[in-house]
Amino acid sequence: MPLTRRELIVTLLGAPALLSAGCSESPILPPAGELLGQSLEIGHRLRDGSRPQPNSDQWRDVGVAIVGGGVAGLSAAWRLNQNGCEDFVVLELESQPGGTSRSGRCELTPYPWGAHYLPVPLPHNRDLIRLLDEMGVVESLADDGSPVIAEQFLCRDPDERVFVDGEWIEGLYPVKGATEDDLAQLAAFRKEIDRWSAWRDASGRRAFSIPIRHAADDAEVLELDKRSMSEWLRQHGWTSPRLHWLVDYSCRDDYGLTAEQTSAWAGVLYFAARLKGPGAEHQPLMTWPEGNGRIVEHLAAQAGTRLKPGMAVTRIRSSQSRQRLGAVDNDAPISGEIGYEVLAFDTATDQPIGFRAKSVIFAAPQFLAPRLIDGFAERTGRSAERFEYGSWLVANVHLSRRPRESSFPLSWDNVIHDSRSLGYVVATHQAGNDHGPTVLTWYHPLCDDDVKAARQQLLKAKWSELADVVLTDLERPHPEIRSLVTRLDVFRWGHAMIRPRPGFINNPQRRAAARPDGRIHFANTDLSGIALFEEAFDHGLRAADEVLASQI
Amino acid sequence: MNSADSMNRAPLFLLYLNVLIIASCGLVYELLAGTLASYLLGDSVTQFSLVIGIYLSALGAGAWISRFVDERLARCFIEVELAVALIGGMSAPVLFLAFSSVGAFRAVLYGIVFAIGTLVGLELPLLMRLLKEHLDFEDLVSRVLAFDYLGALFAALLFPMFCVPRLGLVRTSLLCGLLNAAVGLWGTYLLRPLLSSRGLSGLRGRACLVIGLLIVALIKADSLTTLAEERVLGEPVVYAESTPYQRIVLTRNVRGFQLHLNGHLQFNSVDEHRYHEALVHPALSAVKSPRHVLVLGGGDGLAVREILRYPSVESVTLVDLDPGMTTLADRFPPLAELSRSSLKDRRVTIINEDAFLWVGRARRTDNPVRPAKETDRIVRPTEKFDIAIIDFPDPGTFSVGKLYSTRFYRMLRERLTADAVISVQCTSPLVAPRSYWCIVKTLESVGFHVRPYHAAVPTFGEWGFVLASPTPLPEKLSLSPDLIGPSRFLTDSVLNSLFDLPPDLARVEAEVNQLNNQVLVHYYDQEWGTMK
Repeated sequence: MPLTRRELIVTLLGAPALLSAGCSESPILPPAGELLGQSLEIGHRLRDGSRPQPNSDQWRDVGVAIVGGGVAGLSAAWRLNQNGCEDFVVLELESQPGGTSRSGRCELTPYPWGAHYLPVPLPHNRDLIRLLDEMGVVESLADDGSPVIAEQFLCRDPDERVFVDGEWIEGLYPVKGATEDDLAQLAAFRKEIDRWSAWRDASGRRAFSIPIRHAADDAEVLELDKRSMSEWLRQHGWTSPRLHWLVDYSCRDDYGLTAEQTSAWAGVLYFAARLKGPGAEHQPLMTWPEGNGRIVEHLAAQAGTRLKPGMAVTRIRSSQSRQRLGAVDNDAPISGEIGYEVLAFDTATDQPIGFRAKSVIFAAPQFLAPRLIDGFAERTGRSAERFEYGSWLVANVHLSRRPRESSFPLSWDNVIHDSRSLGYVVATHQAGNDHGPTVLTWYHPLCDDDVKAARQQLLKAKWSELADVVLTDLERPHPEIRSLVTRLDVFRWGHAMIRPRPGFINNPQRRAAARPDGRIHFANTDLSGIALFEEAFDHGLRAADEVLASQI
Repeated sequence: MNSADSMNRAPLFLLYLNVLIIASCGLVYELLAGTLASYLLGDSVTQFSLVIGIYLSALGAGAWISRFVDERLARCFIEVELAVALIGGMSAPVLFLAFSSVGAFRAVLYGIVFAIGTLVGLELPLLMRLLKEHLDFEDLVSRVLAFDYLGALFAALLFPMFCVPRLGLVRTSLLCGLLNAAVGLWGTYLLRPLLSSRGLSGLRGRACLVIGLLIVALIKADSLTTLAEERVLGEPVVYAESTPYQRIVLTRNVRGFQLHLNGHLQFNSVDEHRYHEALVHPALSAVKSPRHVLVLGGGDGLAVREILRYPSVESVTLVDLDPGMTTLADRFPPLAELSRSSLKDRRVTIINEDAFLWVGRARRTDNPVRPAKETDRIVRPTEKFDIAIIDFPDPGTFSVGKLYSTRFYRMLRERLTADAVISVQCTSPLVAPRSYWCIVKTLESVGFHVRPYHAAVPTFGEWGFVLASPTPLPEKLSLSPDLIGPSRFLTDSVLNSLFDLPPDLARVEAEVNQLNNQVLVHYYDQEWGTMK
């Protein structure tokens, strides 16, 4: 049954939004805009069983077929390229690479459609520092190996503000009206985070490190995965609503989950992994007008024409499997004969195409592996059941001018305290453009427990309904917003982010998922259980290294 | 009972009070018009002469017209009174509105002055004729004229000492209107015996309407923010405009006019020459035959006025965010006079853009070429400047703070020749030492050689600047012998003395201002915030 306007607003934004929503069933909508989303075509094709076979002249031989042109796939390509392995293709379903780091562009400015910042990496993350250096972002290295980032890429001040009780205040934590107890709990929380940032295991590894591959896996650390972030706070006796809000916001921001739903391990990681050590400030953020789309652009340029967008992979099978069915022993040396057939079709022309590859890097989400890789479940005994993906709603709101304001000025990140949305970032901020038209990128993770129902509801909603939800949310801090909007595009991300719910980090299924299946290597941020650029990048490099090692 | 008897019973001193009020208000309207004209159009001698001349001739015209009023003298007197109340009372607000929206402002001004003069000219003859039945002629003339002149003296004293400083021009005008209207309404009771009952309530109704209108205008005027601004700025507002970027307000007092942007004083015409000479000449003295000059901010054209005194200057490129500022002189003639219409000079190219974006964009070779139809000189992206004069507002907000950042200075440096010299206005080193030295340190951090200096600008107090260059700066400066026209503030020895910093302006510790910390905005807020 379709929801009424009020029901949709309450569902997506929460009850406080109704105060400004008014009673009208036909609100004022933007003059232009469209509904965008991930391609559903491949899903439908697979469901229909329609897998066109390429003709003999539609086959190509390639060293490595990378399935998926998101950050993981592009990073794998970058690593292969850097190591002199140039014989690869990156097959991307969408017409544009980047996955959830993709971006859009209008005459005024580029803008993000998803991930939009990166904390400055700590010195140990040398590969990422190298990539940033290649992009011209790193000016020099400090004595401890920390990158010195060129000023124009560090998030320009003012970076953050929050709308509480009718006014904007600087920062994220709502200091105004906080009691002494609130502040004492905040300090105690910070101290505990500091403790975790200083924690080292016997071999000197951090408890929380990004990429998490370098982190300690001591029982004391992994114990945190058994409970939710909220439970963890309560265990410490912290009940301050302001602290719970701060933590809840952070979980929704990074994982698309509420603090009640987030594993405490992931929750603590968010805060502790980005501190150099106790007492340090959170690592500064780097950002670009198009968000992480800038990094995608750089990686895609490196891949050049080997990146094939609009290429829907329908099947991956071992070329051997057609002759000899049976399990492949992962540890046994693989003869040079073994290879894979990657079947795909061009989404623009509908032409089938096949790639014969020596190795495959499967850089798509794990839930697709059993559907695309022949005999995957039988061979590996793995399934993707425990991999749960949250949906996101992202809107780019084009304005003819900035809204008029009197309290703390427009910042890069603008958070509405009692909304279920995450607020918005301003695309023109980093360029130093402070006047006239702009584009706001508004984010909303669907934190429902029932992911499927929420996803279906999101995919059913019309543009007009979603645009109204976005504007109803923005109307609270900016009552005049509807008169300023010139265009509003909405992007529905069905499978946006892996959800680190309690128990998932420790789950054997997750731990096993990164192991290669023959010469199919896996690379995706979901293998880490958290959706972060650094994780996707790391898995891409790891998978590429596995391929390179197997070639020797 | 006959009417003459009842008039006799009316206390005569009340009538003389009427005369006093009428005389005072009449003179106030005249002074208002003269002040307003000289504030808005400049050249106060001409403006006052014209206004007084027109007003006096109109008084005569009014007196002459009074002979054509034969009957219903009392009613006519009250009608005139109400008309004066309305036209005189609304004169200042109407003239302010007309100034920013009507092309033929002078016609409106002189029309209003003439109308008020005529009506005031009618008042006294009518009143005297009303009273002549009850008073001895000699007595009448002597008393009415005495009160008339007494009223004039009263107004002449009240106007500069109380009205302008305390009430502002608009409220003075509206309050005088209210007094006139009150006299009119009161007259309907005082002269009741001389008025026919027919239409009496209509007359009273009109009087109440005029009073109501003036009260509404008084309330409205307050909400137009002008008066609130006057209270804050402490001077009468003569021009106000809200552009998409800022609120531009010009105030005026007897000594000169002042420009305020978003409530912050930018210059006072009385001593701006000290500021602008100090801003411009040290930099231009440090470069031999400067040819291409960049001005960032400075949309008032006063820095450009000083730059154009150098015959070697071939081009001046002025980048100011707000077209409302760079065209202000077109709408406010005293500014054109003060800036000597510098922005109209053919050597000057005006670019209305955020300097941060312009400097950043102009670095790249993909800078769009300006359309050919423009007669202005095209600024090529490869062109480098010998001089940059940086005259931004104080760094009180983040959007201005970025214009004092290392990133900005780095981008700017790429637009300069290897031995270019720049000067930067950088707030008061006495009030805000950390802000001042933060700017100096930021310039040093990107590799500029710097020479901090200061100048006393009475309106601002002790003011700070810094000279900076990619190459070492000369120790001793001397003004160019080719400089056109006399300097009012600088001589060679004064110029060099600007670089002597007294101990109370000594260097203090400060961080480098970067885009991602904007420490300068925080310093500025702390240092100037505690002054308020």
